[in-house]
Amino acid sequence: MNHDPFSWGRPSEQTYGQYDHSIAQASIPKMNTQDPIVTGTSVISMKYNNGVVIAADNLAAYGSLLRFNGVERLIPVGENTIVGVSGDVSDMQHIEYLLDEMKIENNYDNSSPDDEEALQPSYVFEYLAAVMYQRRSKMDPLWNAVIVAGIEKDGSPFLRYVNLLGVTYSSPTLATGFGAHLAIPLLRRVIDKETDIEKTDLALAEQTIRESMKVLFYRDARSSKKYSLAIIDKDKGLMFKQNQEVENMSWKFAKDIKGYGTQKI
Amino acid sequence: MFRNNYDGDTVTFSPTGRLFQVEYALEAIKQGSVTVGLRSKDYAVLVALKRNADELSSYQKKIIKCDEHMGLSLAGLAPDARVLSNYLRQQCNYSQLVYNRKLSVEKAGHMLCDKAQKNTQSYGGRPYGVGLLIIGYDNSGPHLLEFQPSGNTLEVYGSAIGARSQGAKTYLERVLDDYLAITDATELIKSGVEALRQSLKDETLNTDNLSIAVVGKDIPFTIYDGESVSQYL
Repeated sequence: MNHDPFSWGRPSEQTYGQYDHSIAQASIPKMNTQDPIVTGTSVISMKYNNGVVIAADNLAAYGSLLRFNGVERLIPVGENTIVGVSGDVSDMQHIEYLLDEMKIENNYDNSSPDDEEALQPSYVFEYLAAVMYQRRSKMDPLWNAVIVAGIEKDGSPFLRYVNLLGVTYSSPTLATGFGAHLAIPLLRRVIDKETDIEKTDLALAEQTIRESMKVLFYRDARSSKKYSLAIIDKDKGLMFKQNQEVENMSWKFAKDIKGYGTQKI
Repeated sequence: MFRNNYDGDTVTFSPTGRLFQVEYALEAIKQGSVTVGLRSKDYAVLVALKRNADELSSYQKKIIKCDEHMGLSLAGLAPDARVLSNYLRQQCNYSQLVYNRKLSVEKAGHMLCDKAQKNTQSYGGRPYGVGLLIIGYDNSGPHLLEFQPSGNTLEVYGSAIGARSQGAKTYLERVLDDYLAITDATELIKSGVEALRQSLKDETLNTDNLSIAVVGKDIPFTIYDGESVSQYL
């Protein structure tokens, strides 16, 4: 055997003669995995004392081109679940299709699809996590980071993350992409630990999420002003607020900044 | 003369629209030893009379657990019951792994029904020769299903299948309101055993031939065999 790192494992030429490279260069193997093309940026979310809030902007970017301005990235599933998707938008649309199929499947041979045997956030999440892990294990991932938010039938809030690797985790505050760097620190000023959830009401949670969306619009170059926000409240149910806009931005300071150092005018 | 030309296989309808092979399969259930199922608002119970071939042999098991929340008892061909209960186990497992969801008893019934139905519609196969009583506790509470190899699966409050099951059935019909109101699992088991007694002829119940299973709001599916049934005798 040849131990030269560039032809490692091949028969040695001294013993077997010149190696026929066409043997191992038959063709390029099948390729599934490429790159995300049209992408959605952060999804941010948090729990509060009576439910969960989740938000995502309405932009789908084509590289640095802010290509599509009216894309909904929060997908409701029934009356108690919202799936927020960031990452590749074509894969997001595939996830939408899967969720639609899941709803149809749940209606089949089910006499109480809207109450006792309705889809729960935990069911939706487990299914998506299984799909995500299976796809990455086939080297053909769905290029997304997904947050499933909702209220379980026992009334407890549900918030859990899964991404293209099939990695999952749960926390009182969750965000994908840029949101994980910029929004999470802000959300954790309100909810630092599990016990803070009880002290946080809907108004504070919603305001915190809106503030975070503003910061993300300031600092994320692939974000947009327009966003959607969904609240799933234990008592009031699903409130899906579309066409929201970042408000009260502060730009007045900008006129006083001149040059990059020594410039005075 | 008088030979039945319409019972050779499951794909032949008789002139009156009957499937004789399926009806013969239903007969196989009646050869099996009796098993009783009943439920209240919070619990579901199976009680079964086990049989042995002779005094030297063991008693054939009648109750099979499918998941933490579901199980069944059988009357008829035990191998067929193994096939069907293994299928139910798989489906419970699938639901748990993929959806983090307990398979609903209703769905389980529909799945068994579809599986049995296939065997009555194509050539070369045969219907299952076993009847099942399925109990489970899911999001909508306790359930009892009666499965027949014709593909019929019915939800019931109480039922009995197997040899001389009519006695137990009649008893359950008569005391329906009593056991529906029972709030204690032990009491429900006792009325199940009492129902089973109505179907006995030569045998008497003892720790060897009685088998009990219960599932409910605070009890995962549990089988009681041997010494642990003595308190119900």
